[in-house]
Amino acid sequence: MAKLTRDDVLKLARLARIDLTNEEIAEFEGEFNEILQYVEQLQAVDVEGFAPTSQVTGLINITRKDVEKNYGYTATELLKNAPSVKDGHIQVRKMIG
Amino acid sequence: MGVWQPIAEIAEKVQSGELKALELVEKSLGIITEKQDYQAVITTIENRAKARAQAIDEQVAKGQKVGQLAGVPFIAKDNFLVFGAETTAASNILKGFEAPYQATAIEKLEAEGAICIAKANLDAFAHGSSTENSDFMTTHNPHDTSRVPGGSSGGSAAAVVLEMAPFALGTDTGGSIRLPASFTGSVGYKPTYGLVSRSGVIAMASSTDVIGPLTMTVEDAAVVLDVMAGRDELDSTTIEREKSYLPVLSDIAGKKIGVVKEYMGEGIEPGVQQQVENAIQKLRATGVDVQEVSLPSLPLALAVYYIICPAEVSSNLSRYDGQRYGYSYTDAKDLEESFSKTRSIGFGKEAKRRIMLGTYVLSSGYYDAYYKRAQTVRTKLIHEFERAFSSVDFLLGPTAPTTAFKIGENIDDPLKMYLTDIMTVAANLVGAPAISIPVGLSDGLPVGLQLIAEQGHDAALLGFAKATEGVMR
Repeated sequence: MAKLTRDDVLKLARLARIDLTNEEIAEFEGEFNEILQYVEQLQAVDVEGFAPTSQVTGLINITRKDVEKNYGYTATELLKNAPSVKDGHIQVRKMIG
Repeated sequence: MGVWQPIAEIAEKVQSGELKALELVEKSLGIITEKQDYQAVITTIENRAKARAQAIDEQVAKGQKVGQLAGVPFIAKDNFLVFGAETTAASNILKGFEAPYQATAIEKLEAEGAICIAKANLDAFAHGSSTENSDFMTTHNPHDTSRVPGGSSGGSAAAVVLEMAPFALGTDTGGSIRLPASFTGSVGYKPTYGLVSRSGVIAMASSTDVIGPLTMTVEDAAVVLDVMAGRDELDSTTIEREKSYLPVLSDIAGKKIGVVKEYMGEGIEPGVQQQVENAIQKLRATGVDVQEVSLPSLPLALAVYYIICPAEVSSNLSRYDGQRYGYSYTDAKDLEESFSKTRSIGFGKEAKRRIMLGTYVLSSGYYDAYYKRAQTVRTKLIHEFERAFSSVDFLLGPTAPTTAFKIGENIDDPLKMYLTDIMTVAANLVGAPAISIPVGLSDGLPVGLQLIAEQGHDAALLGFAKATEGVMR
């Protein structure tokens, strides 16, 4: 499989919304290639007849009645960790210019 | 005899008034202070714990029934949402976070009278095998302070061995309960996937995350599991429980054990191999039917795990964006900068590494080659486990290929660190219950024996593990 380049690392950092230092970029480039080389062994496995597994409980469509339930928490309690609150809402920076 | 009696006895004595819950809490807090140099605990929950203890003692004085865990102090890994202290997951991005609600597991334990007295150290967001990835500090192994306690539930395991409390809670996504149990000489139980609600526990890799106890005996682990297990409407991945998990000491003669061929031999430290073989001999001598089984895809499990785990981590950690809770970079010029600065400063190196790797394996053009491929090999692995369990009752092998390694030994080599999970990840991928129990020492360091059962057979596994523990003593 293709080798991961410095540009790939930068693109991933952008997608993941993480700014990296030059040091981190160089370090990750080397480490990711080593890890990807290790997982490369999966390419040679014969998986004929097997479908992907995404969960192992066997449970399907767990639903509940669409009724409001009061867990006893106030909005103030639930918002206490927000960096900025205004009129009972979380305040964020302008999203659309 | 250690500081603590069996959990069930402590609860009985609190209920009868022979022991006071407040004294137990004070004893726990005293030991935590006395042994703080091990850095097993991030924060204590002194006020709330003492208030709860007093309330329990008053209930007893009035002749009221408290519950199965009356007055029993415990320590939760710091990725459980608990009242009375910060919940940080040992990450800077959650420093100062105060849980607005409690984890279902904590609620259930409290409902039976248990008292959470502290939060244990871990690798930040449970990413690691040593606690060295904690953004705050590294926990020291109680057997040799120059060594790691294993991870990610290393603080919980060390705390139990240091007798800070009769039990601690951990989470196990790829071995994070069993590995530290093996490295510290404690018992670590990873239940069947879905048996314990994860509501209020900080998510790592949701398709393999489970919650379980760390204790000094199998019996104590079972007592704790018995309280926590079962369906929860706040976690739609929870499954039906068995009636009881309290181990019935059954005759183990005639039980069929499969020694996993792929877990024995190459890559295993001779001292570990020796202790596991001794354990097998002792089981054989009691009449257990021991045979060798092969699961040919097992050596692929780690590669599968290190695609699936970062993929799910990248998704689960996307919520830490500095807008709703946790660390927030305040000087950003716009929302984009607020996201990226918050995450760059707030996340430690291993979290960044896993988020980026996960983003890669899920990205367009690579999804089929990595993620889908890994999920398909996972199915193959599930089939091999099913086949193995059609001929044996339990699988057996070491919990880890080595004993506890030195602090700093693997920290600069992520792949080498990941390889410490090589014997534990498969049980997570297939959802099977597994336990690590101590079976002896190699050069003075504990060795763990791993037993794995079929999905949903937790009670049988605990019963067999208890008998095995008896045979080893």
